[in-house]
Amino acid sequence: MTTMTTTTKTATTVLDASGVTMRFGGLTAVRNVDLTVNAGEIVGLIGPNGAGKTTFFNCLTGLYVPTEGKVSYKGTVLPPKPHLVTQAGIARTFQNIRLFANMTVLENVLVGRHTRTKEGLWSALLRLPGFTKAENASRERAMELLEFIGLHTKADHLARNLPYGDQRKLEIARALASDPGLLLLDEPTAGMNPQETRVTEELIFAIRDQGIAVLVIEHDMRFIFNLCDRVAVLVQGEKLVEGTSDVVQSDERVVAAYLGTPFEGAPGAEEVAEVEAAEAEAHAEAEATEAEPTEAEAATDDDTSTTRTEEEDTR
Amino acid sequence: MTTHTTPARDTLIPLPTPVARALTAAGAAIALAGTFLAWTWTTDFPGDLTVTGYPGGLQILTLTSAALTLLFALSGYGIRGLGWLTPGGTNSPVRLLALGTLGTTGYTMGAIAYELGGVVNLEPGAWVSGIGALISTVAALALPSDEPLPQHEPRPGTWQRFRNSLTAPAAPRATTLPAWAEILIITAAFGAMLYVFTYGIDIPTEESEQFIGFLITAAFAFTAITRAGLISRITALTTKHRNVALTAALVAALCFPFTQDTAEYALIGVNILIFATVALGLNVVVGLAGLLDLGYVAFLGVGAYTAALVSGAPLSAIGVHFPFWAAVLTGAAVSLVFGVLIGAPTLRLRGDYLAIVTLGFGEIFRVTVNNLNGNSGPDLTNGSQGIPSIPDLNLLGIDFGLSHDIGPFTLSRPANYYLLMLVVTAVVVLVFRRSGDSRIGRAWVAIREDETAATAMGINAFRLKLLAFALGATLAGLAGTVQAHVNYTVTPEQYQFAGSVPPNSAFLLAAVILGGMGTLSGPFVGAALLYLIPAKLQFMQDYQLFLFGIALILLMRFRPEGLVADRRKQLEFHENDTIDVPEPRQSEETGAGIAKAGA
Repeated sequence: MTTMTTTTKTATTVLDASGVTMRFGGLTAVRNVDLTVNAGEIVGLIGPNGAGKTTFFNCLTGLYVPTEGKVSYKGTVLPPKPHLVTQAGIARTFQNIRLFANMTVLENVLVGRHTRTKEGLWSALLRLPGFTKAENASRERAMELLEFIGLHTKADHLARNLPYGDQRKLEIARALASDPGLLLLDEPTAGMNPQETRVTEELIFAIRDQGIAVLVIEHDMRFIFNLCDRVAVLVQGEKLVEGTSDVVQSDERVVAAYLGTPFEGAPGAEEVAEVEAAEAEAHAEAEATEAEPTEAEAATDDDTSTTRTEEEDTR
Repeated sequence: MTTHTTPARDTLIPLPTPVARALTAAGAAIALAGTFLAWTWTTDFPGDLTVTGYPGGLQILTLTSAALTLLFALSGYGIRGLGWLTPGGTNSPVRLLALGTLGTTGYTMGAIAYELGGVVNLEPGAWVSGIGALISTVAALALPSDEPLPQHEPRPGTWQRFRNSLTAPAAPRATTLPAWAEILIITAAFGAMLYVFTYGIDIPTEESEQFIGFLITAAFAFTAITRAGLISRITALTTKHRNVALTAALVAALCFPFTQDTAEYALIGVNILIFATVALGLNVVVGLAGLLDLGYVAFLGVGAYTAALVSGAPLSAIGVHFPFWAAVLTGAAVSLVFGVLIGAPTLRLRGDYLAIVTLGFGEIFRVTVNNLNGNSGPDLTNGSQGIPSIPDLNLLGIDFGLSHDIGPFTLSRPANYYLLMLVVTAVVVLVFRRSGDSRIGRAWVAIREDETAATAMGINAFRLKLLAFALGATLAGLAGTVQAHVNYTVTPEQYQFAGSVPPNSAFLLAAVILGGMGTLSGPFVGAALLYLIPAKLQFMQDYQLFLFGIALILLMRFRPEGLVADRRKQLEFHENDTIDVPEPRQSEETGAGIAKAGA
C-alpha cells in the first residue's frame, strides 16, 4: 500500500476540488471541502449518514452547482453541467441504481458511449457511410465492456430483469463506456453479500489498472481500507481527516464520529452504579406515567434528521 | 364430484371433451349453413338478408366467424395440415371464435327484431344460425382450458374460471422456414390485413349495423388468433424480415386505392393516412422522448396554413404560387421554426407541467389564427373563415383534381392524394425508424427512462428534447401541407385540442396510446380505429367523446401497453406475467444485435 502511494505522488492530479461548499437555504451540506485525486489512485470517501458525501459527488459531477469553490479536471475548471462534466472525462454511478430500466443491457452501455460518438440526426436519417461504422464500433466497445464486467451473455436482457448485483455492475460498465479518466462510485457494494463485495473489489482494481482513477463512497470499512490508497473522512459536511488507511483508522476523531465520544476515562464502578440507578428510576417513572415514548421520540428525531439530509443528497 | 385433476374441474360446463369438441364443430357447421338461408323477409333491413343461397351483409360476418370456429375446432382434432393454426392455445381460440359467432349472430337477430318491430320478422335461417352458434358456444365452454387453474381449494368462482378459459400459453418458438416461405407468409398476412381493412372501410356509412357486426367479429377473431399464437408468430417473422415487412405493408397500402371505386371511401383512406402519419410524428415526441405534448395538432395547422398561403389560393394574403415541392419544404420549415420557438422555453419543464404548457400553446395557435383576420390583427389567415379553395395540385402533368383511369381501375381525386400522402407517410416511417434506431434515438429513450441519469451519461437533455420536439413538428408540418390540399380549405377549427373530427391533439395522443407508444405500427392501428369508428357509426355522434373516454379507460385497465405492444412496454406493465428470455445470443452477430422493440 505505502509503495503505491509514493509512486502516485509524482503522478498528475486528475481531480482537484478546492473549497467546495454547498448550501441548501440555511443548511450547509458541504463546507469548504478540498480533495484531490491523482492519476492511477483509488481514493475513498467515508463518513456517517448525512455527512454530505453524495452532495459532494453531485457538486463534482455538475448535478448541483456548488455555492462556492471550484472543481477542475486535469487542470481545466469544470462547468457545472452534468453532460459537460461527463464529456470532460468524469463518469459516475448512483447510490440508488439509476439504470435505464426498460432498455436492454447493451443499449444501456451504448447510451454511455453517447459523448464519445458524434453521429447526429442527419447521419442517422441518411445512413451516411460513417454511421454504420460508428454504430459497429460503439457496439464492439460496449460488448468489450460487458465482457470486462462479465455481463456479455446477458446483453439482450432488459436492465430491469437483472439481479441486483448485476445491475450495480452494469451501472459501472455504463459509466466506463464514456472512457472516463476518473470514475466516481457511490456506494458500489451497498446491499451486496461479502462474496459480491470481493468481486467488486477486484473489479475496481482492474479498472484502476486500466489507468482510470477512482473515487469511491462506501460504508463497508473493510472494503474501503483494502481498496483505497487514500481515504478522506467527511463529517457534517466538513473534511475531518485525510490519509492512508492506517492514518484514518487510528484517528480518534473518526472513531468518535462513527461511534460517539467515549466517557472521560474508563467507566468506573461508581459511574456504572449511577447509570444503573438512573435507569431503574427512569423505568419506574415510565411505568407510572407512560413517559416511555419520550426517549424513543428523541431517538427517532435524530434518525429522521439524518435521513432527511441523506435524501437531499441523493436528490 | 370428480377428482381434482380432471379437466372437468376447470371447465364451465360438465361435458366429456370429445363430445364437446364434436358439438362445437357441429354447431359451427349449423351456423355456417344457416347463413345460406334467408334471415328476414324484407330488404328494409340493410344488407339484404333475404336471399337464399347467397349470404350478404351481416350473414357474411357470421359465415366467416363460423367458418373460423369450425377450422380451429378441427385443428383441435389434430388433423394434419391444420396444426399450424394453433401453436399457442388450442381451445381458447375456439371458445373466443364461438363467442364471436354467437355475438355477431345474436346482434344481427336483435337488430332485425328491433328495427323491423318484432321477432316475427326473423326467417328460419336466422334461427338456424342462432341456435347453431349457441350450441357451438355452449359446447366450446365445455372444452378443457389451455392454462391449468391454480390447484387450490376452494374451487375458483365461475367468473374466474371463465376468464381462465380464455387465456392461453405463449406459443413456443417457431421452427425456421426457408426465407421465401417466411416472406410469403408475411405477404399473405399483409394481404389479409388489407382485405379486412378494406372490408371495414367499404361498409356503407348508413349501414351502422353491419359495421358493429364487423367490429364484434373482428375483435373476437383477432383475440382468438392472438391466443392461438399466430400473431406472435407473424410478429416474430416481421421482426426478422423488417425490410420485407415494411415493403409488404407499403405494397398493401399502395393497393388500397385500386380496391376503391367510389371517391367517398378513398377520402376516408387518405384522411386515415394523414391522421396516422401525424400520430407517428407525435410518437417520436411522446413514445421515444417521453415528452407529453398536448398541443401537437398546432404544428399540423402551421404546415397546412403555410401550404395554403403559398399555394395560390385566391384568398391567400401572400399572393404567391409555389410549386408543390417548395410549398412542402416551406411548410415543414415553418413548422420546424415554430417547433423550436415553442420548444425552447417549454422544454425546461418536466412531466405534467410540459403537458399543460403545450396544451396552452396549442390553443394559442388556434386563437391567434382566428384573430389574424385584418380586424383584430393583421390580415394573414382570414380569421375563422379560413383559407378556402386551395387549388388542386398538378404534379408531373397529372392533375390531382381529376379522376384517372389506369387499366381497369379508376383513381378518383382522393385516391390521387392518397398516393401522394403515402409518399409522405413513407418518409415519416423512414425518419421514425432510422432516428429511433440510432445514437439519437437511444438518447431519447434514455431521457424518457431517467433524465438525471441520462445527463450524467453525457447526454445534453435539453438539446435532444428540443431535437425531438422540432423533428416531431417538422413531420406534422409535412403532413399538413398535403392535408391543406386534400381538404381544399384550412380553418382554425380543424386544429383544436378536442373535437369531433379526428386529427386533433386529443385524438392524436389517443391514437398513439391506443395503438402502442414507441411502436411503428401502433399509431396506424390506433388512427384507423379512431377514424373509422366515428365515421361509420354516425348515430352515436352525440356520445362520441363519452364513448371514446370509456374505451380509453377500458383499454388502460385491460391492455395498458396499447394494442400493438412494444416489447419493453409489455414487460413494464406485465412484469409478473412474462419473464424476458431473449433468443440466445450468437457470437458472430454482435454487430446486427440489438433486438428491436415493437413491430
